[in-house]
Amino acid sequence: MTNTLHRYGPRQEGDYIVFAIPARGINDAGCEDKLQAFLRLASRFNPVNMGNGKGGSLFRPERSLNPFTWFTKRRRHKVSPNRVIEEIKGPCTAAATFDSRDAVCAVLKAVKEADLGMSVNVSGPIEGTYNAAQEAGITPHSIEYSLEFHGRLDLLPEAPVLELITMCGHGMVSRHLARKVAFLVKEGRLTSEEAAIYLAKPCVCGAFNPAKAQVILEEMRHWW
Amino acid sequence: MWINPKLCVGCANCIPFCPVGAIAVGPSGVAVIDRDACVECANCYRSMSRENLPPWLVRTLRKAAQLLRLRPDPDLDICPTGAITPEPLEWPRVVRSLFSDPTSEHKVTGVAGRGTEEAKTNDVTGRTKEGEAGFTVELGRPGVGVTFAEIEDVTASLANLGISFEPKNPVTSLMEDPKTGRIRKDILQERILSAIVEFTVPLEQVPEVLRTVEEVSTRLQTVVSIGVYTRNARDGSNPLLGILHQLGYRPQRAKVNMGLGRPLAEGR
Ligand code: SF4
Ligand code: SF4
Repeated sequence: MTNTLHRYGPRQEGDYIVFAIPARGINDAGCEDKLQAFLRLASRFNPVNMGNGKGGSLFRPERSLNPFTWFTKRRRHKVSPNRVIEEIKGPCTAAATFDSRDAVCAVLKAVKEADLGMSVNVSGPIEGTYNAAQEAGITPHSIEYSLEFHGRLDLLPEAPVLELITMCGHGMVSRHLARKVAFLVKEGRLTSEEAAIYLAKPCVCGAFNPAKAQVILEEMRHWW
Repeated sequence: MWINPKLCVGCANCIPFCPVGAIAVGPSGVAVIDRDACVECANCYRSMSRENLPPWLVRTLRKAAQLLRLRPDPDLDICPTGAITPEPLEWPRVVRSLFSDPTSEHKVTGVAGRGTEEAKTNDVTGRTKEGEAGFTVELGRPGVGVTFAEIEDVTASLANLGISFEPKNPVTSLMEDPKTGRIRKDILQERILSAIVEFTVPLEQVPEVLRTVEEVSTRLQTVVSIGVYTRNARDGSNPLLGILHQLGYRPQRAKVNMGLGRPLAEGR
């Protein structure tokens, strides 16, 4: 989940990932119940995305469509939170993404109370994350800072596209796809909500924040 | 990855899905993958929806639409014929998939994922203690790509500082000798989407490490993202942040381990 650390851009508030993870060889035996319990708790506080690190996120491609689904606009871009939870079959990183600090605080309170014994991390803006922890009565143990990008910065895409694609740290949200959906939103052929869902699908960890993507895509209407 | 020319209808939907721009529709009217550029991330295969329609039907419909000057508006994430096909990968090409496809398992390196648990389980593992700093230096992200030759430039420079690389990290597992940071010669030209170099140093060494990474970054043909972590002091304060401020870094974003894992390393 270094993949959640380096998220570029000015909109850090409203972009948090809370995740639970077992330590290999120490507390990973029988951890699936605890990881499932974590996601079940997190799902009560309206996450904008969820993932189990293996099976996928809330937003997924469909493997056997037929033209009638397209024609009748009956596509299912999203699966139920229960499906993501039930797919946890062993050690993994169970993640839930939130667009509000208050939700993160509520999740932390609930997880602390449940005392699941899994390591719980929050990836987010530093101040907001610490405030959420403090309100939940938690003293953080360790912290990893993002020192952002170095090297050939000229190889990076334009700022709003970079902001979109760094929401998947595995690099699965392509800059070309981000530009394509941004144009389609501008042309009125996609809503920003639909476009954000297309961008969320390649991210298998559930770390992509479609709510933030929608805001960026709306702003991108005024680009170019 | 391979696109089956018998199935492909040249609709071009897959092109923007490739993070490194390796797919193009060629003169024959079907999509072709540039094997040198492809990092075997499988995004084109995994992230697109499929209709599995007979190609003759799709080609006929596309031709009819062209003749009638119609501009169909298909969903942008569908491969209508399921033409994108994963291939079995041999060594050394398989390392591309191991470092680029987030769903692939490191059977060869014996390590799962691109990195390790880092600070995420530090409450339970006690891997990085007070007075130490753990580094995650990631090369190639986001969507730029990197070769192992460039990764070696970084690891060899860091090895000169006398640091020890994290033994469970997949890049370390591909080093000829972790003391020198030299990587196996047979994979040096392989191109991957990104890799993470991990190590722990005393806090005093943080400025030297950062200077070295910054300096090497200037001669690489890729992008480097640096993460650095530490265990907070018992009162919640963090000595690393002061060092970073002195060096001119003003971090905005972080990953915070809440210390809810059990059993706690300090109690074991
Ligand atoms: S989406 Fe499928 S049919 Fe269309 S160009 Fe790509 S491989 Fe060919
Ligand atoms: S496997 Fe990845 S790099 Fe290769 S063509 Fe498909 S999307 Fe592009």
